[in-house]
Amino acid sequence: MNLPESTRIAVRGLSGNRLRSGLTMLGILIGVGSVIVLVAVGNGSSLAVQKQIEGLGTNTLVVFSSRGGGGRAFGGGAGGGGRATNGTQSSATQLTMKDVTALGDKTQAPDLVAIAPVITEAAVTATYAGATYTPGQFVGTNSDYLSIRNYTVAEGAAFTADDVTNRNRVALLGQTVVTNLFGSQDPIGATVQFSGIDFHVGGVLTPKGSNGQQDQDDIVITPITAVQDTLAGANAPLSQITIEARSRGVMTAAADEVTTVLLGTHHLTDATNADFQVLNQATLLSTASSTNSVFTVLLGAVAAISLLVGGIGVMNIMLVTVTERTREIGIRKAIGARRSDILGQFLVEAVLLSLLGGVLGVIGGLIGSRFRIVGVTPVVAWYSVGLAFGVAVVVGLFFGLYPANRAASMRPIEALRHE
Amino acid sequence: MRRPLLALEHVEKRYDAGEISVVALREVNLAVTRGEYVAVMGASGSGKSTLMNILGCLDLPSRGKYILAGTDVRLLDDTDLAAVRNRMIGFVFQSFNLIPRTSALRNVELPMVYAGVKPRERAERARVALEMVGLANRAGHKPSELSGGQQQRVAVARAIVTDPAIVLADEPTGNLDTTSSGEMLDLLDRLHESGRTIVVITHEPDVAMRASRVVRLSDGRIVSDEYQTPRAAVRSGSV
Ligand SMILES: Nc1ncnc2c1ncn2[C@@H]1O[C@H](COP(=O)(O)OP(=O)(O)OP(=O)(O)O)[C@@H](O)[C@H]1O
Ligand SMILES: [Mg+2]
Repeated sequence: MNLPESTRIAVRGLSGNRLRSGLTMLGILIGVGSVIVLVAVGNGSSLAVQKQIEGLGTNTLVVFSSRGGGGRAFGGGAGGGGRATNGTQSSATQLTMKDVTALGDKTQAPDLVAIAPVITEAAVTATYAGATYTPGQFVGTNSDYLSIRNYTVAEGAAFTADDVTNRNRVALLGQTVVTNLFGSQDPIGATVQFSGIDFHVGGVLTPKGSNGQQDQDDIVITPITAVQDTLAGANAPLSQITIEARSRGVMTAAADEVTTVLLGTHHLTDATNADFQVLNQATLLSTASSTNSVFTVLLGAVAAISLLVGGIGVMNIMLVTVTERTREIGIRKAIGARRSDILGQFLVEAVLLSLLGGVLGVIGGLIGSRFRIVGVTPVVAWYSVGLAFGVAVVVGLFFGLYPANRAASMRPIEALRHE
Repeated sequence: MRRPLLALEHVEKRYDAGEISVVALREVNLAVTRGEYVAVMGASGSGKSTLMNILGCLDLPSRGKYILAGTDVRLLDDTDLAAVRNRMIGFVFQSFNLIPRTSALRNVELPMVYAGVKPRERAERARVALEMVGLANRAGHKPSELSGGQQQRVAVARAIVTDPAIVLADEPTGNLDTTSSGEMLDLLDRLHESGRTIVVITHEPDVAMRASRVVRLSDGRIVSDEYQTPRAAVRSGSV
């Protein structure tokens, strides 16, 4: 007997008991669907981290003080921010412009191409023509900051090194800030008050969107000198120093150079006593990203177990079916069905169950992956679709084999006598 | 004498049920030539069905030989036996044994499905067989929608659709009223006339009268084996 014939008989067998077939398929459907959705969630959060890395610049180092002033680094870093504290509070040396100057020495630190001191001011209120808004970040820095952090200017112009030297009060606004303060008006050339201090709007940044955790367009960037003159005070320590290394390949060397230079300026000899931290954000994030893929695998494993349970459901139902139809099997054998015919019939029935369940599961999984789940936008990993579907069919085959074989090996006379 | 189509030689069938073992057939010797119409009679439990199952290759003798068309069935494997059941033997069961929730036509088609006949030809031949048993207008009915007599006739149609040389019927009239049973016997007569070898189990004398030979079983042994002139004259009119 050929496949179309077995399929026809199997379809008739399945449709003879629709509710039961449907419920069995539901088991497979949920298994396949959850593999797809959960892997998509894991995958989606990995991709979000990846996007963050790209947003940061892949060859960026961030230095901040181990205690006091620096506090929280720029918001992006998953797990970034001063963790280690060593030494004592009293011997604290903050990061200063002297450190920045020392780092600029090409003979000591040849792998650094750009260095930007950063002062971040918290809770700065911006006012313009009656509109008030508190930007997520208010950053005082130099002209290199934009390129290090992959910001570009969409309208107007970036401030220059001269603006920094001349302590000009100019500001670059992120799109979110523009929208909140100006609505649809043109902000270029307008004067905005930041906590009462007038700043000139010099340009608008090209929108970067969210990096997964933070709106990168909710930012105001100004010359560091202007911030020292006004909001922060002349002797304010730096929140952090953002550095661009020559390439991704020299990150370790660059970090070592930074450590050596800063140990010198802070008059320390032992790196274990360092009162600052050099963070390779990209490295931190790739650690986060690999944690994420462990997470994906775990989610996938949980889903795979549910697929297995679905498979056991198929086996259970097939065993019931075989027992129920023992007499039918006897009749078929009595009129000439071979072992292989009966085996084929029940195997096709089991595979059909899991195949249909698999197809519906793929559809369900793809639909489910369109929704935001626990704050993650799922991204369907196509391998998981193929895998889940393939495994579902194999599961049907595997778990169908035992019941089908049991049916096929019945002796006709005994099967016929079955009541 | 011609070589027999079916031959049982010193056949014994023993059922082992735990401690006790039942001997259902002992020292059975029976040779049936092509074209014979044999009635098997005997009290309940005398081993008639056991004999029939062996003749139909549904079961194997515990001892002795069964030679079917010159072949010892003990030498056949599962697949060969399936093929023999499919091509050579048409079996009509006492309890119909149609596949439930499946139309009469499909039930009749089934042996041809396993014989690998193409769907179109299958349906054609199944229709002809149903016509032969007078059920052409019931082809689409499921067994549950048919009367006992009609179900039995579907079973006969299924038994003859592959044109088997041997038709075995285990009390084909057991569940039928006089009219249906008369129709059934007429059908068997016609099959016999068309040259098939027929073995019928019965405990009704008027069924046995139609046969050309009557074999009586008692306690698993053949106690009498007589040839007779079939009384087809008492045929109960046309179908
Ligand atoms: N599967 C079995 N296991 C054990 N004993 C069996 C089995 N089948 C039949 N027997 C025994 O074998 C003997 C013959 O049984 P069989 O079914 O051949 O009788 P029968 O002549 O067909 O009777 P009936 O006219 O009632 O159908 C009986 O004593 C029965 O109990
Ligand atoms: Mg019987």
